[in-house]
Amino acid sequence: MSSCRPAMSRPKEGASGKTGSWRVFRPVVDREQCNACGLCAMYCPDAAINEDLEVDLDFCKGCGICAEECPKKAITMVREEH
Amino acid sequence: MTEIPKEEYILKCTSACAGCPSSLILRYVLKAAGPDTVLVVPACCTSVIQGIYPNTAMNVPVYNVAFAAAAACASGMSEAFSKAGKKTNVIVYAGDGGTVDIGIQALSGAFERETDFLYICYDNEAYGNTGMQRSGSTPIGARTTTTPGGKIHAKKDIDAIVAAHHPTYLATACAAYPQDLFKKVQKALSLPGSKFLHVLAPCPPGWRFSSEKTVAMGKLAVRSGIWILFEREYGKVTINGPSKAALVKPAPLEEYLAGQGRFKGIDQNAIDALKSQAAARALHLQREAEGIC
Repeated sequence: MSSCRPAMSRPKEGASGKTGSWRVFRPVVDREQCNACGLCAMYCPDAAINEDLEVDLDFCKGCGICAEECPKKAITMVREEH
Repeated sequence: MTEIPKEEYILKCTSACAGCPSSLILRYVLKAAGPDTVLVVPACCTSVIQGIYPNTAMNVPVYNVAFAAAAACASGMSEAFSKAGKKTNVIVYAGDGGTVDIGIQALSGAFERETDFLYICYDNEAYGNTGMQRSGSTPIGARTTTTPGGKIHAKKDIDAIVAAHHPTYLATACAAYPQDLFKKVQKALSLPGSKFLHVLAPCPPGWRFSSEKTVAMGKLAVRSGIWILFEREYGKVTINGPSKAALVKPAPLEEYLAGQGRFKGIDQNAIDALKSQAAARALHLQREAEGIC
């Protein structure tokens, strides 16, 4: 029947909303200490850290893996004020 | 690091929990597989985190299918692609419940038929999506909502069960070693026939540890020798780098257990059982790697 539509979703950024609103702690990068090794971006489960190692705060859920795994301890998790 | 493509096939972002190892694993699976890939996802966390209809975060085709049917569905797809002359990768991405318990019959059938596909089991050692009920993959001593006193049965050895089907390629991986995982997915997809990848997924809410420890917990699983990274290519076993070192001088298992709320109050008998199982497994794999058995 032409009125039947398959239950098919299409790819879209933000399909689960702006998950950055879940965040309790925000990663703050100290550029002085960062040696751009890229481990933070490699381990980010949601690919919320780009090639320039900037965190996309619209989507970062604040898990803290980047800060935990940073060999230079250049990332600090700071409590969100909301 | 340079060899791993920059392309992401999961758009920002799924509704997975913060620190989810499954998202991390799937990122690298899709980077290795590339755009000409179809995922078959049975009931598991990954079937509920994709986004809200009519939108999805997944930028490759995903077929969501019933718990027991993933490998059967993938068999049909693989056959259809082959008949159409297409080289599309067919990858099942299933949790441990959908693999070692509910999906095992279809899995066994597909491997027996030598279906050309890759079956990936991401193993968080319980039914995470429904609230951490024990699965066949839950280790002895672990508390889940259905084993509040700690599980009394050992973890099912799905790798040995799959190995008994003599697949082209079988390997273990861990969310904490994305480069190793990436290489294994690439290798698996370059080979014909049925391939199996078993990936440990340390789950923060399920295992009861803080979300930033996902990678640290995965590394500890490997360093303590409770999780061994190995490959079985055409039957030939190779133990991989991080595990080779761990088998010579393992980190104390207690360190791995102490970091997880699910092992809180675990009794000594269960710890001894975990240790002896890990030792037996390590010995068996080492012997296989040396060609002794």
